[in-house]
Amino acid sequence: MEDAAVQPAQVHAPPEGFIRKFVFSLDHKMIGKQYYGLALMAVFTGMVLSWFMRFHLVWPDAKIPGLGAIAPTGAPGGVITPEYYLSLLTMHGTLMVFFVLTNAPFAGFGNYFLPIQIGAEDMAFPRFNMMSFWTTLLAFIVLVLAFFIPDGPPISGWTAYAPLSAVGKDAGPGLGWGQNLWAMSIALFCVGQLLGSLNFIATTLDLRAKGMTLMRMPICTWAWFITSCIGLLAFAVLLPACLLLLLDRMAGTSFFIPSGLVVSDRLQNHAGGSPLLWQHLFWFFGHPEVYIAILPAVGIVSHVLITSMRKPLLSAKVMIYSMMSIGFLSWMVWGHHMFVSGMNPFSSLLFSFPTLTITIPATIITLIWLGSLFGANIQINSASLFALGFVSMFVSGGVTGFFLAQPSIDIYLHATYFVVGHFHMVMGVAAIFGILSGTYFWFPKMSGRMMNETLGQIHFWITFVGTYCIFMPFHYLGLVGNVRRYSSFVDDFMAPLMPVHKFISIAAFITGAAQLIFLYNLIHSRFRGKIAPENPWNATSLEWSIPSPPPWNNFGDKHPIVFHDPYQYGVKGSKGDFVMQDSPEQVVGG
Amino acid sequence: MASTVVQHVAPPALAEGHGRERATRSGIWVAIFAITMSFAAFTSALMVRQGSGDWKHIVPPPVIYLNTVALLISSITLERARNQATRGSRPQLRNGLPWIVVTFVLGLVFVLGQYLVWRQLAAQGLYLATTSNSSFFYVFTVMHALHLLGGIVALTYLIAQITSRQGRPRWSLFEGAATYWHFMGVLWLYLLFVISTRL
Repeated sequence: MEDAAVQPAQVHAPPEGFIRKFVFSLDHKMIGKQYYGLALMAVFTGMVLSWFMRFHLVWPDAKIPGLGAIAPTGAPGGVITPEYYLSLLTMHGTLMVFFVLTNAPFAGFGNYFLPIQIGAEDMAFPRFNMMSFWTTLLAFIVLVLAFFIPDGPPISGWTAYAPLSAVGKDAGPGLGWGQNLWAMSIALFCVGQLLGSLNFIATTLDLRAKGMTLMRMPICTWAWFITSCIGLLAFAVLLPACLLLLLDRMAGTSFFIPSGLVVSDRLQNHAGGSPLLWQHLFWFFGHPEVYIAILPAVGIVSHVLITSMRKPLLSAKVMIYSMMSIGFLSWMVWGHHMFVSGMNPFSSLLFSFPTLTITIPATIITLIWLGSLFGANIQINSASLFALGFVSMFVSGGVTGFFLAQPSIDIYLHATYFVVGHFHMVMGVAAIFGILSGTYFWFPKMSGRMMNETLGQIHFWITFVGTYCIFMPFHYLGLVGNVRRYSSFVDDFMAPLMPVHKFISIAAFITGAAQLIFLYNLIHSRFRGKIAPENPWNATSLEWSIPSPPPWNNFGDKHPIVFHDPYQYGVKGSKGDFVMQDSPEQVVGG
Repeated sequence: MASTVVQHVAPPALAEGHGRERATRSGIWVAIFAITMSFAAFTSALMVRQGSGDWKHIVPPPVIYLNTVALLISSITLERARNQATRGSRPQLRNGLPWIVVTFVLGLVFVLGQYLVWRQLAAQGLYLATTSNSSFFYVFTVMHALHLLGGIVALTYLIAQITSRQGRPRWSLFEGAATYWHFMGVLWLYLLFVISTRL
């Protein structure tokens, strides 16, 4: 029994019964789908919150039907109070950053496809994997609970700056139990992500199929692997930060609360804490988090673009090394979120330099895409359209990063709509485009059915144009000095901007509504879509070598052997212009 | 590559088994990496917080050094277990069982000893929120104890697997638990250094 070598060939038995199959599943594919479903729930909740905010900004006195019932104090009679506006903003940011941008492209698709793309039967630790999802779901429930307590959700924003987030209910609505729930939720979320990252790393390192060398892994597998390395370190820092915040709030310690702080006419019983400490810890996580959201999307989009172009990228290796350097540099730039925090100006310079350096690998990635696209005969479908849309968003949103990386310009633009426009484009919408591209691309594999192409393309064009209509004017608003987080713009200099805000709000309602087309397409195709073949896109990676949807142990009882680099397109293979990774055929130049 | 190669040849079962064994090992190292990062975050919090000027040094109760000795000895006993288990041609975890149990008991002694330390500090009037130094002391020691409890749970599971009739104690499980256990010792030495020099 102590035999080290003899192992059961199967990681876990075939799942039997509803609970094991769909609820407490150990199967990485089901867990991936659960993450995706959770992200879907979070993204629509977050989107509705943004609708409320956009509605209130342009029609401050109009009533939102039904909202008064959910939030009798925050929105009496359906009219949002300034404080409740901040609650909505906090919840929108938290839901979107954590439960959508981290969950869907990384935990969702990563769980589903990383083991298959490297030829493994499952993740290295299926039980940890299951725990990871259920901890994340619990985190989601704890966060959303804040809507239904009398106190309401916190008003401190998704960054929860101390001391506002640390002093408790004296500081305003939602800062009692609402903020406690927030901190607990994020701490739980960290635990879930740590378990997930651990699984991703061990799986990638040790469970690759025969012949699957590191450089033969598809670019998206690389992206998930690099992301899990970033996530492991980032969430390992946010977790202690949240624990210290909870101690300040619930146990009377003073990590983040300074001496002599008077809030609501009451002297706070704390001494010597450092509000800047929270910012340091938070942004040490927060900036890498940007790459946790965007790198998986970079991987997915590359994968989709290559398949649609029917030719490999100019250099997959340079792409992978660029992603690695982004991951590495992400640890040295957190201070660029703190240029106006009173930090030493020399520190600002030190943080500005690596921030500008990050634009180099990011530019290389973009140039590889553009150079590969040049002269390519790209097949246009919903997946490739969203991939192209991603490139567009990545560039448009990334360019404004050059401005914000420089302390002298950032001091002017800090906390304006310019910043909001920047991160919504480069992190928010770009990653969402990556998720959508991945969905249209992999849906046939995940469900065994094709999505409706016409609806997909209509969805793309409305979303693409709509997104630019929403977020491009944000930059203009920021340049003329429109500050963020205000619930109304009554000041003289901001009143003339109202028409711009109205335009943005209307664009937001239309673009948001267009997402219902996607939801309809997703649900309808799941049950009524055309039956998908094994390899509808004539793609080369291992996930396309198995049935759609894959059996519970991915490759049946066989073990795939990998013979080729992942992107053998434009060659003369027996099935067409491609040779699959596990095909023993010799590659003949095309 | 010759085109005669048959697709989907099942590789020997060994390859798969080795992958899983390796994954357990890398998993432990990845976890160690993450825990190191967390304690680095706590340490940098300490360094920032130290600048505030309300720094009042505390003297930890001497029991803490006895606990340290217990924890260090527990690492040695675990290595004894490894020696005993690997005497034969192939590892027999059952042979190492007595020393694993000794390690387990020493781990419990450490945690109980830490509990005594907390009680004695409380008797001096030093609670979690009394001073910034006491806050960090409790945070460091409690977080370490919680992580060590994880190691104790792993040892409990290992002992249960060895002693039960249907148990399948894997060698990689022992190796993983041992690596983690030694790391807990190293982490504790680091924390003791920080406590005695900074707090």
